[in-house]
Amino acid sequence: MTAQAILRPGGVAAKAHPRRSRWVEHSILPGFGVSLGITLAYLGAIVVLPLIALAIRPWELGPEGVWHALAAPRVAAALKLSFGLSALAALLNAPLGMLIAWTLTRYEFLGKRILDALVDLPFALPTAVAGIALTAIYAPNGPLGSLAAKIGIKTAYSPLGIFIALVFIGLPFVVRSLQPVLQDLDREVEEAATTLGANSLQRAVMVILPALAPSLISGVSLAFARAVGEYGSVVFIAGNLPGKTEIAPLLIVIKLEQYDYAGAAAIGLAMVAISFGSLILINLLQLFLARRGKA
Amino acid sequence: MTVEARPIPRTRLPGFAPLLVLASAVVMAALVLMPLFVVFGDAFSKGFGKYLASIRDPDAVSAIKLTLLVAAIAVPLNAAFGIAAAWCIAKFEFRGKSALLTLIDLPFSMSPVVSGLVWVLLFGAQGWFGTWLIDHDVRIIFATTGLVLATILVTFPFVARELIPLMQDQGADEEAAALTLGASGLTTFWKITLPNIRWALLYGVLLCNARAMGEFGAVSVVSGHIRGLTTTLPLHVEVLYNDYDFVGAFAAASLLASLGLVTLVLKTTLEWRHAGELSANRRH
Repeated sequence: MTAQAILRPGGVAAKAHPRRSRWVEHSILPGFGVSLGITLAYLGAIVVLPLIALAIRPWELGPEGVWHALAAPRVAAALKLSFGLSALAALLNAPLGMLIAWTLTRYEFLGKRILDALVDLPFALPTAVAGIALTAIYAPNGPLGSLAAKIGIKTAYSPLGIFIALVFIGLPFVVRSLQPVLQDLDREVEEAATTLGANSLQRAVMVILPALAPSLISGVSLAFARAVGEYGSVVFIAGNLPGKTEIAPLLIVIKLEQYDYAGAAAIGLAMVAISFGSLILINLLQLFLARRGKA
Repeated sequence: MTVEARPIPRTRLPGFAPLLVLASAVVMAALVLMPLFVVFGDAFSKGFGKYLASIRDPDAVSAIKLTLLVAAIAVPLNAAFGIAAAWCIAKFEFRGKSALLTLIDLPFSMSPVVSGLVWVLLFGAQGWFGTWLIDHDVRIIFATTGLVLATILVTFPFVARELIPLMQDQGADEEAAALTLGASGLTTFWKITLPNIRWALLYGVLLCNARAMGEFGAVSVVSGHIRGLTTTLPLHVEVLYNDYDFVGAFAAASLLASLGLVTLVLKTTLEWRHAGELSANRRH
């Protein structure tokens, strides 16, 4: 019998609080009611009430009105741009993240710890700061923007600029998802593959990649979710041309400035719904891969 | 006679490894490190005097003060919430726990703009409580209260997320022992729980504070951009940038970038020094 089991006067307490015991296992520790009360009250005021407003406000327009608000060419274009570029950026983050996570876990080199710490820089740098800095780099007169301009590529104030900003903010999610898995990956499996005659490419594709797949997918989906909602680091570099380089979060801001609360809420709700839907799809994919890995 | 074990080579691709390390370094330098250099480079591009003048500008000073004020309200509230949430979630078994965890994580998957929008829907001129607020002469949107609410919503998972996994790992045995030895609940918390979670708490507060001071999207929606009154430092950066005052914008941005760097250094130090006392996913 463990110490905890002795300490638990389960029967007596259960009789004293018959209603509570159905919901919470009895414990000797105090403060459950108070801490749960604070948690629920805070969550209710800060998260639940505002989200109820977001869920209800759009329907003032009626179901048709909501549809018209979202199907309007400008809104539809912004949603397509935000979700499309976010998916592309998250996909590029996969190989970049794998490369960096691999070097950080497998090799010893000078400055490795600094490189490792720098991975978090996109998290640490406030988005507005990253936004104006990226714009300065990729503007037609910026250090990289001018190089691209020479070969006729427009970076800042084009979809490509938005894409670069989204790659920047998504990278840490993929690296940080992969690192622990790569660290724990059993070396013997790789060595076994080598003794069985696998070359390095076969090892990477047939041994390492399947083991990484679930965490790679979750890292990529985190990067995607972050990119869809991203505002600060994108809004400066985007150019914000309606229908061309205008992202969905910016359109919410514009609708609010026009006091079109219901329209703004409709876009916000659509973004939450589409993100939620894609996360469910990604979870299903992960489940499928996990099952296949076991079979 | 002793047989020395031959060390197993770290990698079987000696020719390939330097290439991959180089590629990683190039990606990191071009994509991640360059923006940092540009911020400081552009901030000092017209000399130190101009930089100092930009930072001493009255609007900049009031933006700094407002940023500090908002963080000083939002961070302690979220830290208190984080401790309360972690206490009930990690130390007790009850129904609906996973729903509660999902709700706590929710703000991380919301667009910052939506986190600002919801407060306008509630308290804006045409919000649910808008008329009542106007009748009673209370301002929330386009005022400090709105900035605080938006900041709280964006940053509130940080502390809870650090504490919950750590406290779940630690279990309740130490607290149970203290209580059976006659310590009161509060004494147990101060003498047992708090020392056990102090580094993780600091870690969470650090991340929460960095995000609170650097938040842009959510506060941008509720601020109204009234210079010197409702512009936090990130919003001040935007206002100056849109006015083509690039030195001023990058000077203000350099303060925020420094905050980010200090946070990064402290965070990395905590990960190295107190790895065992942070939640498992933070250990390196």
